[in-house]
Amino acid sequence: MAPKIEVQGLGKTFAIRGGGTFDALQDISFALPEGDFLVVVGPSGCGKSTLLDLLGGLTRPTSGRVLLDGAEITGPALDRGIVFQQYALLPWRTAQRNVELGLEASGVPRRARAATAREYLQLVGLTGFEDRYPHELSGGMRQRVAIARSLAYDPGVLLMDEPFGALDAQTRESLQQELLRIWERTGKTVVFITHDIDEAVYLGRRVAVMTARPGRIKRVVDIDLPVHDEAADPRSSPEFARHRHEVWSLLRDEVAASRKEAVSVG
Amino acid sequence: MASVLEAPPAARPAAPPARAPRRVLRLGLSFGRRSVAILAFLALWEIAPRAGLVDRTFLVPFSEVLPTLWDLARDGQLWSNTQTSLARALSGFAIAIAVAVPLGLLIGWYRTLAELLNPLLELFRNTAALALLPVFVLILGIGETSKVSIVVYACVWPVLLNTVSAVRGVDPTFVRAARSLGLSAPRIFQKVVLPASVPSIFTGVRMAGSNSIIVLIAAEMVGAKSGLGYLVNASQQNFAITQMYAGIVAISVIGLVFNHLLVALERRFTRWRADH
Ligand SMILES: Nc1ncnc2c1ncn2[C@@H]1O[C@H](COP(=O)(O)OP(=O)(O)OP(=O)(O)O)[C@@H](O)[C@H]1O
Ligand SMILES: [Mg+2]
Repeated sequence: MAPKIEVQGLGKTFAIRGGGTFDALQDISFALPEGDFLVVVGPSGCGKSTLLDLLGGLTRPTSGRVLLDGAEITGPALDRGIVFQQYALLPWRTAQRNVELGLEASGVPRRARAATAREYLQLVGLTGFEDRYPHELSGGMRQRVAIARSLAYDPGVLLMDEPFGALDAQTRESLQQELLRIWERTGKTVVFITHDIDEAVYLGRRVAVMTARPGRIKRVVDIDLPVHDEAADPRSSPEFARHRHEVWSLLRDEVAASRKEAVSVG
Repeated sequence: MASVLEAPPAARPAAPPARAPRRVLRLGLSFGRRSVAILAFLALWEIAPRAGLVDRTFLVPFSEVLPTLWDLARDGQLWSNTQTSLARALSGFAIAIAVAVPLGLLIGWYRTLAELLNPLLELFRNTAALALLPVFVLILGIGETSKVSIVVYACVWPVLLNTVSAVRGVDPTFVRAARSLGLSAPRIFQKVVLPASVPSIFTGVRMAGSNSIIVLIAAEMVGAKSGLGYLVNASQQNFAITQMYAGIVAISVIGLVFNHLLVALERRFTRWRADH
């Protein structure tokens, strides 16, 4: 089967103010089958967000390309949904109207938009909060709205940039569970960015570990945990510990490297 | 306010009747708190001339101003002058908004245009409108046109500059989110940039509102045969000092009411904000 997403030799170089260039990403290649769940981890500043922007089509690569269903992407489109770290909800729209935003671009009639938005708010457990403005919602609720917004127009691919980074541990855990539930139910292809190893191993079917600058893929670790059992704590199993340790070891050297570099630069 | 916002969305029962008198009391208290400074000022105005602290011929006690205001209102002078002034101020204000908001949106949307024009706009904004009054009179005469024009001039700059900076200051994460949802540039403008700019545009509109009255009154004092500015100035020249103060009181009341209307309008358009 042809991969859903194929990344070929992707590189991104930024021009630095005051002259010079900065290689944020170099020679990233991977392929992702449909319905897969890839988590990307890496030290801070290694280019994770840059990679996600490229996948989303929000920026153009300096070299290489991204194929989606075999066709090169040239910009953002409704075949991908992005969930940003900062929620990025429009504060003058209610939860419901925020979810409708993506549907407005695809020309869904008003009545159907409202129904779809309600349906997806229900999916993320926000029934009864449709008419709240973002500032009237908690951080976890806002992120649920953002997730509902990205799901509502039914993109095949979901791109998430540290979506749970700003949440407390309990909220994060329940949203992780919910995300897995939604993923299993909808069969979307997910690329999820985090710097939390537990989160990576818990969510990912595969975990890509990136190197410090310039960002490259160091290794992709396949995670095969038994099917999640809601009752048992999956993080307590020996398989989980083994995967966790593997990712941790891969990451340790990179974090050390990026620290050293930061010290020598700063 | 906060307690209303935090109530669960499912059930928002009306306040139980027992609370109503307490609410009235609270409203009364807050009104009292807000008017105490004004009352103190009016008391000072009343007492100072009566106690001989200032010359009574030049500062008439407030209690004598009110009957004169009433007389002016009854013989129609107050209303006809107010009408003239309001027509001038409001038409200048409206023209300025109709011109400055679209122009500001345009300039703000095109970054290079904004960078090119901003120094010029700042220059105009900082050239006091009243300094240009002789120029307006010279070119447009002392009729309605020159008065409305100077109001337009005084109102255009705050609205224009605030609109430009509103458009340029739109949070880029909103724009990124909208782009990721596949919205086209015109749609992003309509659904993101425009609503995000409303609060800052309103700041400019409120500044324009007070400018319009200030500048018009001054213009009416210099050369006019009607209007509140004319009334105040003519009264002073005829030594109708009480009437002069009555005119001044009328002007400040109108200014206050106008500003309150604009604030209420602003509230209505920015109800989604966390800070009210
Ligand atoms: N527009 C830009 N211009 C110049 N440099 C940039 C730009 N955007 C990002 N960078 C640089 O590229 C590198 C990667 O940034 P990126 O935001 O992708 O990191 P990240 O892995 O997401 O980090 P974090 O985990 O802290 O979010 C950083 O060193 C950053 O300084
Ligand atoms: Mg990042």
